[in-house]
Amino acid sequence: MLRRLHSEQPESFAFTPANQAWAEAQMTKYPEGRQASAVIPLLWRAQEQEGWVSKPAIEYIANMLDMAYMRVLEVTSFYFMFQMQPTGSVAHVQICGTTSCMICGAEDLVAVCQDKIAKKPFTLSEDGKFTWEEVECLGSCTNAPMAQIGKDYFEDLTAKGFSQMLDDLAAGKPVVPGPQNGRFAAEPKGGLTSLTAYEADKPQYNASAELATAIGDSVKRIQGDEVPLLTPWIGKDGVVAGRAAVNAPPKAPDAPKPAAKQAAEASKAEVKSSEKPKKSKSKDTPSIEASAEVEPETLSKPRGGVADDLKLLKGVGPKLEQKLNELGFYHFDQVANWGDAEVAWVDSRLKFKGRILRDGWVEQAKTLAAGEETEFAKRAKKDGLYED
Amino acid sequence: MLKDQDRIFTNLYGMHERTLAGAKQRGHWDGTAGLIEKGRDWVIQTMKDSGLRGRGGAGFPTGLKWSFMPKESDGRPAYLVINADESEPGTCKDREIMRHDPHTLIEGALIASFAMNAHTCYIYLRGEYIREREALQTAIDEAYDQGLLGKNAAGSGWDFDVFLHHGAGAYICGEETALIESLEGKKGMPRMKPPFPAGAGLYGCPTTVNNVESIAVVPTILRRGAEWFAGFGRPNNAGTKLFAISGHVQNPCVVEEAMSISFEELIEKHCGGIRGGWDNLLAVIPGGSSVPCVRGEKMRDAVMDFDYLRGELGSGLGTAAVIVMDKQTDIIKAIWRLSKFYKHESCGQCTPCREGTGWMMRVMDRLVKGEAELEEIDMLWDVTKQVEGHTICALGDAAAWPIQGLIRNFREEIEDRIKAQKTGRLGAMAAE
Repeated sequence: MLRRLHSEQPESFAFTPANQAWAEAQMTKYPEGRQASAVIPLLWRAQEQEGWVSKPAIEYIANMLDMAYMRVLEVTSFYFMFQMQPTGSVAHVQICGTTSCMICGAEDLVAVCQDKIAKKPFTLSEDGKFTWEEVECLGSCTNAPMAQIGKDYFEDLTAKGFSQMLDDLAAGKPVVPGPQNGRFAAEPKGGLTSLTAYEADKPQYNASAELATAIGDSVKRIQGDEVPLLTPWIGKDGVVAGRAAVNAPPKAPDAPKPAAKQAAEASKAEVKSSEKPKKSKSKDTPSIEASAEVEPETLSKPRGGVADDLKLLKGVGPKLEQKLNELGFYHFDQVANWGDAEVAWVDSRLKFKGRILRDGWVEQAKTLAAGEETEFAKRAKKDGLYED
Repeated sequence: MLKDQDRIFTNLYGMHERTLAGAKQRGHWDGTAGLIEKGRDWVIQTMKDSGLRGRGGAGFPTGLKWSFMPKESDGRPAYLVINADESEPGTCKDREIMRHDPHTLIEGALIASFAMNAHTCYIYLRGEYIREREALQTAIDEAYDQGLLGKNAAGSGWDFDVFLHHGAGAYICGEETALIESLEGKKGMPRMKPPFPAGAGLYGCPTTVNNVESIAVVPTILRRGAEWFAGFGRPNNAGTKLFAISGHVQNPCVVEEAMSISFEELIEKHCGGIRGGWDNLLAVIPGGSSVPCVRGEKMRDAVMDFDYLRGELGSGLGTAAVIVMDKQTDIIKAIWRLSKFYKHESCGQCTPCREGTGWMMRVMDRLVKGEAELEEIDMLWDVTKQVEGHTICALGDAAAWPIQGLIRNFREEIEDRIKAQKTGRLGAMAAE
């Protein structure tokens, strides 16, 4: 199947604040320098927000993860769950058509889609509410035939019931996912043959249907605040325990660590706890994070019309300098005055997690602002590092 | 029949509490720290003694696989990656574990990771399982909250993290090296082996990839003893196993049963029999789409385990996803649909598979309609043999086997259809 960028693309893409916080939290699941691992979850989030994956979304995510645009595009086109063209405003209907479902009547469901939505897959219905496609095995074979509508599995379908369901969805009526023939989950329809002890007190729905009805986001374009953001893997001390354990195996410490190294690690831990989203059960996680940031003083233009060469800071290149200028920073003394909260503010806007502290911009800027030179500045000037 | 007290997945249907409290009531997370205290060698030896063979399809002994991991770290971290990319057509067993009995998996992840010197575990879940992902993440959050994960997990002294990752609808990511590529944020294209993942896997570090069910049974095996687990099934096919029966049975279902159960008992006890009775049984695919189909009459007495299905019937247990087809099924079309699946899912890396799957599907297309020459059946057989074994991963083999099974078992039906189409009359088979 030909999968390429759609002919009409939106102007821009941005995550909602809550989705942005979610996306940044996902990146912490992977070791330093392996942020590209988060590309599929982030693309998926973009699709959940917009309904499909557009070129601006691909570029936005590539920038977030420090990946080449091409790499993200090829991931998008490789994985079939990413829709590369606009989908129905209410839902994109996916009929499982692989053998188990086929021999149980999936073709009838496809016929319903052709009749009600559009003759061809990936084509908007006349009212623009639906698109459909036949997908490969969705892994719900004992509940065949089935379809995935939005996020949810609708199982044990009949053509008639499925047709009614599409009508209900179009009318905005709620539909409950899960088996549609009175089954609870994947147990035998004719009555339990095992595990009978818990049958009497079973809950109303199986786990999937329960989550769907509780969250209510089956076919919704999500904002990110539907469920609270949790990052339990970042411990109370701001350290990811499993990762830290590898760096410092418990058996190892025969020789005490040099004091300097200990101090460096301690400050690193501090950074982590201030920059990463905190574990919180409340719904407004993003604003909690935001309150840890303080906007530093900014200038609309350089004092006296001449800006300092911020590239002399190790870790700042032409691109970042431009970005800093846009944020309103032109002079070393501005950078030198940042405290932790200000660093967090700038950090979250540069999308280079932790770089400011890692490269020690503030310390460098203090030196440079005092008119002295750092090692890196000397070398940069001598080698003409940034001259064309 | 397996008794309920001998079942590992006691909440398979989700009728009991799915929470951590519920899992503890059912006996999970009981004395986990004590099991870990007995040491790495004890865990691996017990797994070897239990005879557990990997539940993801290939049936490689799990304990042996673990022992390939380096004993001492050379500075690189080790990883456990759990393959929850359940995409093999017919297979839907891991889904029930993850949404209804997730703590078996999380506890298993902790113990298995400890045995392999891994502090980090990634669970790679297929992208379509969105609610299952939420359910599993909720269980993980709960485990962190109770101190069962994170620093000093479950009081064992082992620092351990579980991260849930997901894919986006690519069957090939169930292949272990493709899964690792995908987890690194690339297209899911399998890697050449060697190096094997145990030497250089995720991020170039020692990695073991295990199926969900293989990991989820670990805590119970350790608690109840290797002998208990090895007591089920024939030698070399030990244990209990989740079977997923779909297609033309009265009551399709997922059920845990002892290995080496007879096909007839499995169907009669749990599925209410074949639709239309045993005489109406046409064919069975006993282990998910990748294994050859078997004629119905050979299946009735079949023993459902690795060795019998491979040795006696030329098929395989695979993931124990049983697809049953009655005589109203168009078997050629059913297998054609699998060819279409493999064509769709070929990653495109190796030419024999990329081109071969499409080619095989197009010939199958014609066989379904009967618009072919008789010689094309042998030509198709030849092509499957040229694809099989000539690709980096097993997807090429998996695409070839169902067709080989069809030609081996149902050649007459294919020939009849071609003849009928040629003469414009119905063949003997179709006239019945």
